Amino acid sequence: MPAPIRLRELIRTIRTARTQAEEREMIQKECAAIRSSFREEDNTYRCRNVAKLLYMHMLGYPAHFGQLECLKLIASQKFTDKRIGYLGAMLLLDERQDVHLLMTNCIKNDLNHSTQYVQGLALCTLGCMGSSEMCRDLAGEVEKLLKTSNSYLRKKAALCAVHVIRKVPELMEMFLPATKNLLNEKNHGVLHTSVVLLTEMCERSPDMLAHFRKVRQLSSSQLVPQLVRILKNLIMSGYSPEHDVSGISDPFLQVRILRLLRILGRNDDDSSEAMNDILAQVATNTETSKNVGNAILYETVLTIMDIKSESGLRVLAINILGRFLLNNDKNIRYVALTSLLKTVQTDHNAVQRHRSTIVDCLKDLDVSIKRRAMELSFALVNGNNVRGMMKELLYFLDSCEPEFKADCASGIFLAAEKYAPSKRWHIDTIMRVLTTAGSYVRDDAVPNLIQLITNSVEMHAYTVQRLYKAILGDYSQQPLVQVASWCIGEYGDLLVSGQCEEEEPMQVTEDEVLDILESVLISNMSASVTRGYALTAIMKLSTRFTCTVNRIKKVVSIYGSSIDVELQQRAVEYNALFKKYDHMRPALLERMPVMEKVTTNGPAEIVQTNGETETAVLETKPPPSGVQPANQANDLLDLLGGSDITPVIPTAPTTKPAAAGGELLDLLGDLNLTGSPVSAPAPQIAQPPFLLDGLTTQPLFNDIAAGIPSITAYNKNGLKIDFTFERSNTNPSVTVITIQASNSTELDMTDFVFQAAVPKTFQLQLLSPSSSVIPAFNSGTITQVIKVLNPQKQQLRMRIKLTYNHKGSAMQDLAEVNNFPPQSWQ
Amino acid sequence: MIKFFLMVNKQGQTRLSRYYEHVEINKRTMLEAEVIKNCLSRSKDECSFIEYKDFKLVYRQYAALFIVVGIDQTENEMAVYELIHNFVEVLDKYFSRVSELDVSFSVSEIHCY
Repeated sequence: MPAPIRLRELIRTIRTARTQAEEREMIQKECAAIRSSFREEDNTYRCRNVAKLLYMHMLGYPAHFGQLECLKLIASQKFTDKRIGYLGAMLLLDERQDVHLLMTNCIKNDLNHSTQYVQGLALCTLGCMGSSEMCRDLAGEVEKLLKTSNSYLRKKAALCAVHVIRKVPELMEMFLPATKNLLNEKNHGVLHTSVVLLTEMCERSPDMLAHFRKVRQLSSSQLVPQLVRILKNLIMSGYSPEHDVSGISDPFLQVRILRLLRILGRNDDDSSEAMNDILAQVATNTETSKNVGNAILYETVLTIMDIKSESGLRVLAINILGRFLLNNDKNIRYVALTSLLKTVQTDHNAVQRHRSTIVDCLKDLDVSIKRRAMELSFALVNGNNVRGMMKELLYFLDSCEPEFKADCASGIFLAAEKYAPSKRWHIDTIMRVLTTAGSYVRDDAVPNLIQLITNSVEMHAYTVQRLYKAILGDYSQQPLVQVASWCIGEYGDLLVSGQCEEEEPMQVTEDEVLDILESVLISNMSASVTRGYALTAIMKLSTRFTCTVNRIKKVVSIYGSSIDVELQQRAVEYNALFKKYDHMRPALLERMPVMEKVTTNGPAEIVQTNGETETAVLETKPPPSGVQPANQANDLLDLLGGSDITPVIPTAPTTKPAAAGGELLDLLGDLNLTGSPVSAPAPQIAQPPFLLDGLTTQPLFNDIAAGIPSITAYNKNGLKIDFTFERSNTNPSVTVITIQASNSTELDMTDFVFQAAVPKTFQLQLLSPSSSVIPAFNSGTITQVIKVLNPQKQQLRMRIKLTYNHKGSAMQDLAEVNNFPPQSWQ
Repeated sequence: MIKFFLMVNKQGQTRLSRYYEHVEINKRTMLEAEVIKNCLSRSKDECSFIEYKDFKLVYRQYAALFIVVGIDQTENEMAVYELIHNFVEVLDKYFSRVSELDVSFSVSEIHCY
């Protein structure tokens, strides 16, 4: 076989390839040649082949067949072989491959080699990809090398030690004695790596940190003064050619030392005090004309903000940041904005001083800077500057890239909610956001806005007029159209009567309003949800408008055969309202009362507050999103449906029109969502306990934590008890367990009683069971609900006692349930 | 912590890549392509730090070659920026006026550095 080509030849050949396919072909050919060469066990050219393999690996082609070859190269005696072998090991191998353990012996031998370069190679490789087993085996060797006088080896050993500590934190103690003398070196390389090692130790273990902070009795100095001294030397010493970077002596070491000082000084007064002087010195003496100086200043500022520095120093730091902000260099401005974001929580007032510069950054062309400036601006908004800031932010919203719009819009809503100086301003701001970035607004903003609008009672006329004007021109932005249709539906009468005080009232006729709502319904751009809003709005207007009721009836009946099921259902129900229940229509479509802002979910309230307070539930959700109450209501009607109560209904509304509004609104919930109109109200009012039972078979919480596996708690003598779990996201210390007891024997089990006991840290509530007879052959089950309160989130354990009659004899059994899944109590 | 160190040219060809954390080989090419796309779309006036997924990219352009370093949140971006320049200066000294060709042909030597 001819000698394999050199790496350079290969690279040259690949460069001549003009397409990806050509390149792939060349590489495959070469790979085949390499593979056959490997098979021949050719020692002389192995090094060359592996080098080519590494190049191909870099280009993205698989090279795993070279791993063993790398090992062979490492074991060879030639330095060039070893070099490529170790490089290959670093690039191709990692912990996931089993082969890497074979390297351990080789590395061990090489760590004790006579040539320092070979030792260096071995240290490098171990530090790059050593697994925890390898590290454990070889840590002793590394530690020995850490103490040699050879600075080339010492610095590599220090970095290797960092890797060992990362992989096997328990070995940190072993390296502690060696670190004592590390900082006494003159060689910057060793100094640098030692600082890295110390930083890693301090970050990993609070014990180490404490150890390094306190005074050491025997040795001459503590760590902090030592570092301070080194730093001082670096700054004060004159020009030193080997460490100079643009006029500053070894900036990389300076930055590392500053970072270590930061870790040492965090939350520790003594250390912080020791550093104050040097930090001030660095901050004032460093030249800022070059980027290097700025890098050091940046690190200094970060350190000052993090430790317990005195206030003068903090002011100095913020001033430096302010100066950065005015710099022309983008990098520096970006860095300044990032650090200001970190400090705005603690030093709010100082940062406020730079507010105008920050706001100017919003207009910058650079995407990264704009994002930082936006976040910082939101952090700086407060009651005093909210008007000015909002103006700037709204202008930014107009002109920014789409990726920012969603975040910006949500930020503006939050800020407006917290600091709005007046309701009108708030509504104006919201309108502005909706019109400029309407399609990027998040979905949950719509109900929030609606609730806000209903709360500002005096602004209704103004709001609806502005919204109407907004969608007149353009009805493509869904959130805007949704809010607008809802408002027009509610306050259409105000719109038509031209009552607005705040603005010049518009002359709008009922037909025009209906025109716009119909066009929303017809338009292709409207989402299904939006159409639902529009249809409901049109329906509500049937009570508010006087002359166009026939038109509304027509529109509603058209949609009775719409393809969209949601629309069809609504239209059919509204039709029913017109035809059969016209007397109820005014009360049903009355104006919504002011909504309470709700933090818990509607259905939970249905469970606890049956009967008259169900109106509260509906008030907290605008009608279109009342899907959850549907589930519960469905149950109710399933249980109660079919009972022949129609005669009762007509009397109820006519006798108490005002109060009837309450119960009928209730009806509205059921009507809208289930379609079977009227059997609900009377039984609802008359039989609360029944409903509660019915409801307990459904999930009690709206926001169920997903999928907690159920367990079989007991299975003996034909009696099987299963536990299923539900937990609420809003109240995580309550777990609701539903037990189901089934009987697989041939005879029924009667008088079944289930009792449970839990450890003292829990509280238990047992609700009544569905029955006390378990039918045979698994033909039915008893269900019972247990509520467990677990405030300390401890492991759930339960002891259960079962008593029942079976085959004529009384049975009793005690059992302990320990196999609760972790999701049920964590 | 530095996650990776790349030298990619304007056409998207990787001249040098060093990963300090394990990344699948097919994901590497994708990562490199995306990174170079991000860098190419920036103008000269924009800053050299890009936020990409959950880490930051610090890049510097030298003629037709982009040197990109991926770092996480704990690193000082400006120090890394200087490090890139330092690295280039060393290469310059070693190869006496380094060019992209030198980098392509001497990959293994540069790795050892």
